[in-house]
Amino acid sequence: MGIEALAESLGKNILTTSLGKLVGWGRGNSVWPAQFGLACCAIEMIATATAGVDIARFGSEAFRASPRQSDLMIVSGRVSQKMAPILRTIYDQMPEPKWVISMGACASTGGVFNNYALLQGVDKIVPVDVYIPGCPPRPEDLLNALMILQERIKAQGILPRQ
Amino acid sequence: MTDTISRGVTVDRTGEAGAFGGELLTINFGPHHPSTHGVLRLIVDLDGEQVRRLKPVIGYLHTGIEKQMEALRWQQGVTVTDRHDYLSPPINNLAYALAVEKLMGVEVPPRANALRVIMSELTRLSSHLVWMGTSGLELGAMSMLMYCFRERDTILDMNEEISGFRMHTSYIRPGGVMADSTPRFLEMLDQFCRDMPGHVDEYEALLTNNPIWRSRTIGIGILSAEDAKVLGATGPMLRGSGVAWDLRRSMPYSGYENYDFEIATSDMCDCYGRYLVRIKEMRESIKILRQALDRLPDGPVNVDDRKMLPPPREELETSMEAVIHHFKLFTEGYSVPPGDVYVAVESGRGENGCYIASDGTHKPRRVKFRSASFVNLQALERMALNHFLADMVAIIGTADTVLGDCDR
Repeated sequence: MGIEALAESLGKNILTTSLGKLVGWGRGNSVWPAQFGLACCAIEMIATATAGVDIARFGSEAFRASPRQSDLMIVSGRVSQKMAPILRTIYDQMPEPKWVISMGACASTGGVFNNYALLQGVDKIVPVDVYIPGCPPRPEDLLNALMILQERIKAQGILPRQ
Repeated sequence: MTDTISRGVTVDRTGEAGAFGGELLTINFGPHHPSTHGVLRLIVDLDGEQVRRLKPVIGYLHTGIEKQMEALRWQQGVTVTDRHDYLSPPINNLAYALAVEKLMGVEVPPRANALRVIMSELTRLSSHLVWMGTSGLELGAMSMLMYCFRERDTILDMNEEISGFRMHTSYIRPGGVMADSTPRFLEMLDQFCRDMPGHVDEYEALLTNNPIWRSRTIGIGILSAEDAKVLGATGPMLRGSGVAWDLRRSMPYSGYENYDFEIATSDMCDCYGRYLVRIKEMRESIKILRQALDRLPDGPVNVDDRKMLPPPREELETSMEAVIHHFKLFTEGYSVPPGDVYVAVESGRGENGCYIASDGTHKPRRVKFRSASFVNLQALERMALNHFLADMVAIIGTADTVLGDCDR
């Protein structure tokens, strides 16, 4: 192979990009959620993983039973005062970088339950990246939230979070 | 050595200090565990790999629903009932609505009753589908989840058509139902009744004779009929132990006495028996749906009582009285005569009861739910004793507890 032919074939096969974009692209398209179902929304979360809307199209079908293997926590449902410390423990066990989607009205604000038993919004104990309204949100809503999160992850690059 | 786990139910713990050096290992199972169907926590004493003692710890999903209802007006309470047993919202609505109606001495029109039966049976189907999908997944049959959720989505589409909401429909309300069925809903239901028997055949083809499924469930989680009765188990847990007790038949409500269906039972008393009961129940539910659809009576879907339900929208423009009724209903609400009442309906999990105490005001004094999940959980230790830890997954699965229902 002559040097010109080699240069031409390299030009077809090599892309130049920044490291941040490459890492963001990789992270954004392989967000693995922790399998963390709480209440009603968890059922819609399962529905998102099944054939109808198929979260696998977005690279997030691998719901991991262990928080150590996941980088997204979908808080799907109401968080009681008793569950709150456990949720925080699981969040702490997840390796960085990690993100949180607060799925549904209860997780976001307490929803219709403004009472002694529920945490009025999961953002009181963990930082939330995307909130989804709805009680429960449709599977399409969860996909939309995931896509918003993916855009953020891609924009974030390799820099640590501010 | 025998030990009493509930009045009348004793277990033999003689083998306890046995085979594996006499030391019990206490492990924690949950509340964040992929196969506890929510946030159930179990403290399990293991002898080697065998379960010797089991203690459920609940309350991780305690939402204060009963207390919350004391702060809500009678018609607002319906929305909260949706959310305790989140796999069967219309059936919870029904228990609450029947209780309020019983206190008020209200009888709903026949069309409302038929629509209530239709929604209850659709819900029972979707609840069993979620059960079968997730239990199948946990025992290694991953395709079950895909198939079951496909049909569940069809049911949710019907929910959406009739009520505008996928899961928490709040469709059944004191005094009737939210709105009449649409022609499209009836078409969808007709198509569903045609398709669904074939789908149940599909599930059976995947599981009933599947050697892995059979070896994971047959002989696992034995619950004798006597123990089931003493422990208060209801629903498929009780019928899977051979007791033909179904509230739709034994204490009929909403016109269930007019439908021709069989009570599904199995004498196997194990996880496989409970699976067979649920499969049979799905087939019976389709039969009820078909009958209800064919015999759907015409007429109103709500009681004609302006003190309880708002007047039609068009009347508000012409009638001052209608405006007053509307205003009173949406500010103060209606009052229910003093007294207390208990009504139970059959949900996908068993006896779903609603106890209401009223002091004659526009809000309940006390609302209490007798949830099947909570009571059925009692039988867990009886079923799990002397089984392997891995079998716990099958046992918890076929108990089909919904933790929202259990903790409320």
